[in-house]
Amino acid sequence: MSWKIWSLKKSPWVFHVNVGACNNCDIEIVNCLTPKFDVERFGIKLVGSPRHADALLVTGVGTRQAVPRLKEVYRQTSKPCVVFLIGACPCGTGIFHNGYHVEGPVDKIIKEEDPNAIIAYVPGCPPKPEAIISGVVKALSAI
Amino acid sequence: MGAFLEGRGKGKEMKVLFDVLFWILVIPGIIVVGMVASWIVRKVSALVQYRVGPPFLQPFWDVMKLMGKETLVPQEAQKAVFMAAPLVGLAGVLVLAIMLWRITVTQSAFVGDIVVAVYLMVLPSLALILGSSASASPHAAVGTSREMKLVMGYELPLVLALIVVIIKTGGKLDLTQIARHTTVFSISNILAFLVALLCVQAKLGFVPFDIAEAETELGGGVLMEYSGALLAVWKLMQAVMLVALPLFLVMVFLGGFGPNLLAGLGKYVLVVVLLILIKNTNPRVRIDQAMKFFWVYCSIVLVAAIALAITGNNCGISRL
Repeated sequence: MSWKIWSLKKSPWVFHVNVGACNNCDIEIVNCLTPKFDVERFGIKLVGSPRHADALLVTGVGTRQAVPRLKEVYRQTSKPCVVFLIGACPCGTGIFHNGYHVEGPVDKIIKEEDPNAIIAYVPGCPPKPEAIISGVVKALSAI
Repeated sequence: MGAFLEGRGKGKEMKVLFDVLFWILVIPGIIVVGMVASWIVRKVSALVQYRVGPPFLQPFWDVMKLMGKETLVPQEAQKAVFMAAPLVGLAGVLVLAIMLWRITVTQSAFVGDIVVAVYLMVLPSLALILGSSASASPHAAVGTSREMKLVMGYELPLVLALIVVIIKTGGKLDLTQIARHTTVFSISNILAFLVALLCVQAKLGFVPFDIAEAETELGGGVLMEYSGALLAVWKLMQAVMLVALPLFLVMVFLGGFGPNLLAGLGKYVLVVVLLILIKNTNPRVRIDQAMKFFWVYCSIVLVAAIALAITGNNCGISRL
């Protein structure tokens, strides 16, 4: 394993992208930063700019309005980076399946932009903070 | 060989050896101490908030990771300035740290070095302003204007605070003599120290004055467009500032790092922990509130301190 990937696992900085979520998953993500779960133990930090980020936490179905923005944010993130799909909506559009405003599951949109993107799925509606942490740990130990 | 060594005199040999070791070890040493200090900042903040906090090596891993990432330069950015600004900032603050540490270790200085220190302390903020205004981003532009206003705000009280100390020590301008002076427990010195501590808080970009970075509404502000190795250089600069600025405060206001290294270390940690506690117990202020705070309240306090210091000097009362 190269030192780049090794150090990336030790300090993944995350950027939060909402592409049409109902805010539940966003609350659960913020929940991970609270003293009870404290993801800073693993070096995970929420940053305000995609340029600083190593992981994009995407929530929401990927609405027509949001898709170009999501692609732009993905292009602006410095590589190597991991995309986490948090919740049932980005993983498979959930209850909004075939909706008129839905561009499709988020993994398809990311793959259109970059076929080799590293994508990890954390299903749930919303996933518990424990599930999010466990998903992050599993994804990071897989790369 | 032995005769050769004896012939040259042991004292001189030791001095040369010491000098060589100093110049080899000083830059990595300062960077490592800066990393440890930034770990202390994150760990103590976590403890204040009843969290566990990051592991000890976290700052090293952060910098290592950033060094390995792709460095993006915005299309419309002024490339040369954008790339050079972090290096200028890091170089300036490293020179400051080396100068202060050299003065502490060898107890020798040149006349007027406090003025040089003041100029070198402006260099990181200047580099931030240059770098962010070259990055062609609206968020960074707002951050730039805030940083400029903040620099104008805190430079005046900082210089006034230094003038208090210079008056107390009888017009001495070099740091060795200022550090040796025992004016620590006088009213004017304590007032000047408190104001200078707040100025250093603003210089470090810590919370009540992190107006230029403002993660919540500017998303990183001045550092918005930086990524990869250039961001790592900024992080290193902030780590080295965490060494240099508290060390400067200790030397000017608290009687120096001193011959007793343990006492010096204690003073340094005291200043850092004070900065962290201010950071964790205050919400961010607006830029106009910060300007008003520095120009009106801090300046009034310092004018009073200067008056007290002059009175104390003229009437021979060292406690004023």
